Amino acid sequence: MNVALLWFNSSTLVHLSPVDLIIIVFYFALVLAIGLYLKGQANTGEDFFMAGREMTAWVAGLAFLSANLGSLELMGWAGNSYKYGILAAHWYWIGAIPAMLFLALVMMPFYHICKTHSVPGYLKLRYGQGSQALSSISFALMTVLMSGINMYAMAVVMRVVLGWDIHFSIWVSSITVAIYVALGGLRSAIFNEVLQFFLIWAGALLIPILGLIEAGGWSGLQAKILQNLTEQHVPNPGSYTHLWSTLGNFSDNPMGINWAGIVFGLGAVISMGYWTTDFLVVQRVLSAKDLRSAKLAPIIGAAFKMMVPFIVILPGLLGLALLRDPHTGSLLRLVPGDLAWSPAGRAQGLHSYDEVLPLMLARYCGPGLLGLGITALIAGFMSGMAGNVSAFATVWTYDIYGALINKNASDESKVKMGRWCTLLGVGVSIGTAYLVMNAQSIMDYVQALFSFFIAPLFGTVILGMLWKRATPAAGFWGLLMGTASSVGMYAWVKIDPSAVRYVALSSQAQDQAQNMFRALWSCLLCVAVTVMVSYLTKPKSDAELADLVYGLTPIPKDEHVSVLHSPLFWGTVVAIVFVILQIVFW
Amino acid sequence: MKSGGSLSIWFFIGLSLAVNGAVILGRGIYELLYPPPEEMRVVLASLHANIWWGAILLMVGLFFSLRYSPARERAREQRNS
Repeated sequence: MNVALLWFNSSTLVHLSPVDLIIIVFYFALVLAIGLYLKGQANTGEDFFMAGREMTAWVAGLAFLSANLGSLELMGWAGNSYKYGILAAHWYWIGAIPAMLFLALVMMPFYHICKTHSVPGYLKLRYGQGSQALSSISFALMTVLMSGINMYAMAVVMRVVLGWDIHFSIWVSSITVAIYVALGGLRSAIFNEVLQFFLIWAGALLIPILGLIEAGGWSGLQAKILQNLTEQHVPNPGSYTHLWSTLGNFSDNPMGINWAGIVFGLGAVISMGYWTTDFLVVQRVLSAKDLRSAKLAPIIGAAFKMMVPFIVILPGLLGLALLRDPHTGSLLRLVPGDLAWSPAGRAQGLHSYDEVLPLMLARYCGPGLLGLGITALIAGFMSGMAGNVSAFATVWTYDIYGALINKNASDESKVKMGRWCTLLGVGVSIGTAYLVMNAQSIMDYVQALFSFFIAPLFGTVILGMLWKRATPAAGFWGLLMGTASSVGMYAWVKIDPSAVRYVALSSQAQDQAQNMFRALWSCLLCVAVTVMVSYLTKPKSDAELADLVYGLTPIPKDEHVSVLHSPLFWGTVVAIVFVILQIVFW
Repeated sequence: MKSGGSLSIWFFIGLSLAVNGAVILGRGIYELLYPPPEEMRVVLASLHANIWWGAILLMVGLFFSLRYSPARERAREQRNS
């Protein structure tokens, strides 16, 4: 049996031609070449872990966004928009833009001025080693686990879409990431993330353009969705193309959520926690060359983030309107992944929600364009994995190895440790991918665990930055209790499903709605515990909190900068466009 | 832009877009000359997306590749030093 037969089988969604393979192989060659080229520029700790802190606002901003734009993000949210309609766009708009602007204009000065290497590093400076150890160990563990589970899920999708052998996908893509990150450190990861950002857009942008032409524009798309869903007797068919008007009641929309869950759970807690304290994305902004660039980078990221629904959400909606069975001509109805990927589902030719993006890709893209689209998906996966691995290497080296194991480690030994950690991170990720192969439900647990950690961490960090009375003991106990309460609520609902009416305020709440409310309660509890313990314990002196807390940190003014170079000006522009989008799609 | 040595990230991006654009445009022209059978065509194949999308990628790629070519970057560094 030749190699080609090992990779492909006849039941795949799309078939690649030699032209497509040329494009994919060229991509792999280019990312490895970048890693080799940058090898000589990652000799010190600052170079390897912080990319020398010399990235421009554009490079840091695009890498900031690209590290989040993984392939599961692309395919998963396209699938979610098929399932939930345009409500999925909330995760790109209110679930990202306010938080990115808040990071840029309020929090970035503190991160930048204290010259921390990581978010746990900031917690050490602000609260002490207890909070640092708790957050760094949780973060390191969750990062590699998430990386491995994403890798496995990606390999499953590649098997379904392309017929690629699952081991082939896991090993080739992860070894490539390991090589270029271990060689060039964060600089190499960032360079490749910016490249991947362009490839993702080049490969995915054609789908919404051609889709809108076929559907007859936005109004034609709305009419087709309404007609198709009415034909299939789907409840509230009109709610699939409205962003806010169906959020008055839990039962009026396909997600089973109301406006409070979206505004407070997603917009105020989960989004703020992820975009301002998850080191995976914050590390990219910390690499900026100066404070103005560090403030502009998240604003540039926010401007492009607002456009991502065009290549992610719109294809899902187009799928609802246009996808038909090629044999019978009847409407094609996608189903949940576990049903579609079961032997019975495969035998019936069912497709999962997550396959809507590849299905649309195969609908419009012939040889060449198909290769570019598949390259976009692979690039998305690799940028997400490189983000996880480089963040893991930094947190392990500075916040675990350097803080707890070898406090006198030299800069040279830290770089060496960073390179080994990159390989270790990839190795553990591969191990995790194999671990979950026969236990797919673990994915649910780990994704939930990841969200447990992020929501309370935001409460701890934001109180630390804005309230000088917060004490070291309060930071530790607030973080611990917030995380524990989130885990507790998750376990409560698992043991007694009827508890969802208390945790998520509605017995109709779907998984996403439960995540929103659990995050909200755990963050509020973290803040409450932190405030209470702060009043019972001794605070740090003002001198100890200099450059760490609002009011005790002199923030440099952008006095000699024109309006067009001002972060505040561009932040305002992004905020105005954000509001206009909410009104247009209300 | 300080980007690591004499090769800028924008050069790599330009190179990638130019090569991909050239391959896609070439395939598009081939399909124009030798159209695939009806059952092998994608939806809206009559729009020849591979030709105009390949051409756009090629032009953008060439712009970045030439604007941030290694020779220009070296000259810029010499002027600044």
